[in-house]
Amino acid sequence: MYETDDFDFLPTASVTALETRAAVLRQLRDFFAQRGFLEVETPLLSRDTVVDLHLDPLAVTLTADPDRPSAGPRMWLQTSPEFAMKRLLAAGIPRIFQITKAFRADEQGARHNPEFTLVEWYRAGDGLHEGMDLLAALAGELLGASAVDRCSYRDAFQTCLGVDPLTASVEEFALAARNRDVVLPRSMSAATRDEWLNLLLAECVEPHLGKTRPLILFDYPASQAALARVRDEYPPVAERFELYVHGMELANGYHELLDPSVLMARNRAANAERAARGKCSLPEQSRLLAAMRYGLPACTGVALGLDRVLMAITGAKHIREVLAFPLDRA
Amino acid sequence: MATYKTSDFRKGLKVQIDGEPYLMIEMNFVKPGKGNALYKCKLRNLVRGTVLDRTYKGGDALEAADVQEIAAQYLYRQGETFVFMDNASYEQYELSSEQVGDYWKYLKEGLPCSMVLYNGNPITMSPPNHVELKVVECEPGAKGDTATNVTKPVKVETGAEFSGPAFLKEGNVIKIDTRTGEYVERVSN
Repeated sequence: MYETDDFDFLPTASVTALETRAAVLRQLRDFFAQRGFLEVETPLLSRDTVVDLHLDPLAVTLTADPDRPSAGPRMWLQTSPEFAMKRLLAAGIPRIFQITKAFRADEQGARHNPEFTLVEWYRAGDGLHEGMDLLAALAGELLGASAVDRCSYRDAFQTCLGVDPLTASVEEFALAARNRDVVLPRSMSAATRDEWLNLLLAECVEPHLGKTRPLILFDYPASQAALARVRDEYPPVAERFELYVHGMELANGYHELLDPSVLMARNRAANAERAARGKCSLPEQSRLLAAMRYGLPACTGVALGLDRVLMAITGAKHIREVLAFPLDRA
Repeated sequence: MATYKTSDFRKGLKVQIDGEPYLMIEMNFVKPGKGNALYKCKLRNLVRGTVLDRTYKGGDALEAADVQEIAAQYLYRQGETFVFMDNASYEQYELSSEQVGDYWKYLKEGLPCSMVLYNGNPITMSPPNHVELKVVECEPGAKGDTATNVTKPVKVETGAEFSGPAFLKEGNVIKIDTRTGEYVERVSN
């Protein structure tokens, strides 16, 4: 007689889904090989990590003494291979891609597993539009789409909500949310502009993106630049873009920030916000800063969530359907 | 009072909102772009049965519900009332068919289950993840049809109907996953 959990050894993905995964991996390698990209591998464990208010890396202790397994230097499981790949760019390799695992604490749901697969690439010389062109070409191939739409973050908000995300006040955001019967967290009374933008994006804008064919949303609010450069116009926008299919975000790209002093300032600001929310601070110094001081070539980079691509291809409603073993079976 | 942070949120959590106990019946984690996480929850009031939609931001917290969980077993049904017994105190507790919901399908005599008490009164119960039930009625399967992808309705001892493979016969004992209502395997002939 089986005990209750004796079936948990089984994969949650069907054999067909796993075959699709293998086919997509082959397709990706062909796509980048045809365009002269070098496939690279970089460490999953690093001394450095992205400093972001909303990205929580998993810490790993490198046990120095087997009798005290929790004592030793701390390293981070990468939330993306971004830092290491930019170091390779700075070292003079102009076109690189990688298919790797990434880890993000506390992210689990229908579209999230704390361990997931990222496809990430960088091409020196690309600006925002060349970066979007390359992403559109890849999305077209993987998803079998004849064309990929593009829409600015600002236009998307104005179409779906009638508010300007770059200039409207917090009160106008609150009114727009109430007019659309959005269920508001009580803690929204103390929310920042970016928290309002995120809530409205999730509840009112994202569901409409990429409905008939894939769509790239671009030119994000400057406050959400992350590692993208900000285009100095009025109002300023971050040269950042995301790919959507049926309301699901599949990829995130940046026309990359090159100035190490700006990155340092963003790291400090992100750590201050983390501290204000009771989150641990993350290392502000990194070898990426050293690479940027040495000279990172102008480039655009994109991270594509492979598991979500598979969800879009197979029509899966939950990420479990495309993973052999999600976290609870790992 | 214990509190749950958003990172503890999951289906089945019992929380206290505005002084009343709620069961988290759905929890959707949403995280747009690289923004803050949102936890979209459906919560059922454990006393009144009403359902509440609530969204929480990452970092929000909820109080744990002031409820007591006990190990019990199902005894019998009397009309629209289901009678259970506390395994420790032998005290009997009654739940209405509304409080039992779809779980009536699994309630055979002696079934171990967990019950939730609020202010000493029973408000809800849940069966184990897997329950074994005897098939009492089904169409005979086509001869030689051992494929598991062909299904038919089978009626079990509790009076409920499930979908199972065509090879099942009356008298078979089958295992059902109570979380999904799906057939798992045949336990005995």
